[in-house]
Amino acid sequence: MTDRRTLLAGALLALSLRPAAATPEDEAAAVRAFTGGAPLRAGRVELDIPPLVENGNTVPLKVTVQSPMTAADHVTAIAVFNEKNPQPQVITARFGPRAGRAELATHMRLATSQTILAVAAMSDGSFWSASAEVVVTLAACIES
Amino acid sequence: MTWLLALLLGTALAQPRSGALDMSRELQALQADDSANPGMLWVQEGEALWQRPEGRAAKACADCHGAAPASMRGVAARYPAWDTASGAPLDLAGRIQSCRSQHQQAPPLARESEPLLALSAYVGLQSRGLPVTPPEDPRLAPARARGEALFRERRGQLNLSCAQCHEERAGLRLGGSLVPQGHANGYPQYRAEWQALGSLQRRLRNCMVGVRSVAPAYGAADYVEIELFLAQRGAGLPVEAPAVRP
Amino acid sequence: MARVLLNLPRSAAKGSVIEIRCLIMHPMESGFRPGVNGSILARDIITRFSCDYDGEEIFHAELSPAIAANPFISFTTVATASGTLRFTWEGDDGFRQTETRALTVT
Ligand code: HEC
Ligand code: HEC
Repeated sequence: MTDRRTLLAGALLALSLRPAAATPEDEAAAVRAFTGGAPLRAGRVELDIPPLVENGNTVPLKVTVQSPMTAADHVTAIAVFNEKNPQPQVITARFGPRAGRAELATHMRLATSQTILAVAAMSDGSFWSASAEVVVTLAACIES
Repeated sequence: MTWLLALLLGTALAQPRSGALDMSRELQALQADDSANPGMLWVQEGEALWQRPEGRAAKACADCHGAAPASMRGVAARYPAWDTASGAPLDLAGRIQSCRSQHQQAPPLARESEPLLALSAYVGLQSRGLPVTPPEDPRLAPARARGEALFRERRGQLNLSCAQCHEERAGLRLGGSLVPQGHANGYPQYRAEWQALGSLQRRLRNCMVGVRSVAPAYGAADYVEIELFLAQRGAGLPVEAPAVRP
Repeated sequence: MARVLLNLPRSAAKGSVIEIRCLIMHPMESGFRPGVNGSILARDIITRFSCDYDGEEIFHAELSPAIAANPFISFTTVATASGTLRFTWEGDDGFRQTETRALTVT
């Protein structure tokens, strides 16, 4: 079964997501479905993801949003999107004031180098965002 | 002799360097965090298996060995070790297998099966942070020497030896990945490439297939021999099981 | 049987924010990956994860194939009263699993 997979010269990798990538339009549509078309404002959201990833199969990611998390003023949802995996959605999490803090961490997959976008929905109807570029390097010695 | 060679080649084998240090800060943090390191799922499974009676003897590991944190402390750090019963070296998974067949009288677990990985991870964890301490048992010497020979032997269509990558090219890049010194101190290990926990033998197979050679079947003597040599060249490194690697 | 590791304190001071970290053993087969024979492996993912605190949902997340195998999810909640946290995850082929943890609030 080695024939499909080459090392060194070609250095191909077998990621769990084939690079039949989502298009920027797909991503824009997914973001629109989340925001209902409301504008995205930059700020209040911090997206923590490694800039350089040795293997896209397990990439730690954390989103933190500045919010008092009170009944009157809180984050209602955090969603993460990508450009080049087969599908633009990564995760959508729903929050309420009982969360205490607007924080979400997970491990994601990255089919290839791309920009990741995190969007927070606030109880006042506004949407805030942050993005980060991630470079994925190629694995060398992979499975037979 | 080996040392001299290593010096000539400009590598620092005198100071083994864990593959963990060649990873990104984020993967290092993942490995260090037991609530996020996916390998801990297998550890938890292993802890349950440790308590479960098995085989015709209907005995659990715990029935003979008691609490693993005490009885298994330091054990993984000194494997592979000599097995008097079979007159051969055994790696940790082989040792567990032999307890299963001899002492539990249970059918063998397949190499790379989930229960064997889980038990290995649980036993491995009990040595975490302790230095790799290969036994100074003269009976191991011939097998270890064969392991070193296998490490230096060119193989595969790429005609490369383990040493050519892990001594001569350690610290350099191969494609996108940094070539580590290729130590065995973090097994079983959660490799992102596998999206699962895997054994040192699985890792060695990946490197063998990587140079387009045919890897021997799981459990083959070649692996235990290489493992013996790897333990010696990585002596002193902290056990990291279950480590995380890309 | 999926194994799960739930990390949260057993007890907490009233009003404090506690962190809850979950690891679930699951392949999260993306549905985009070829198997050994070259045909695409069927999608098998956890699609939804939620946490109830004494019956009230305090957190939920919709997951996609872009979540790594053996999913990790971490979030927080305010320790309001002693009670039970119920974690539920469900996914493709209608599977659904639940685990509970008691929390003592002082
Ligand atoms: C009936 C008693 C018995 C049971 C059950 C048993 N063992 Fe053992 N185990 C032994 C004995 C005795 C030894 C010492 C070597 C020998 O005689 O085989 C040993 C040795 C070991 C060692 C090597 C310890 C060292 O210091 O080198 C490991 C690791 C181990 N057992 C793991 C396990 C695991 C894991 C299980 C459960 C799957 C298990 N054992 C079940 C009796 C048992
Ligand atoms: C073509 C270069 C190359 C050859 C030849 C090679 N390896 Fe590797 N090896 C690598 C690379 C690169 C990695 C790091 C992981 C990756 O990206 O594949 C690695 C990883 C390892 C690891 C894991 C280290 C850790 O920290 O967990 C071990 C052990 C290892 N190799 C042993 C061997 C042995 C034994 C051989 C010979 C049978 C061998 N390698 C042959 C390139 C090579």
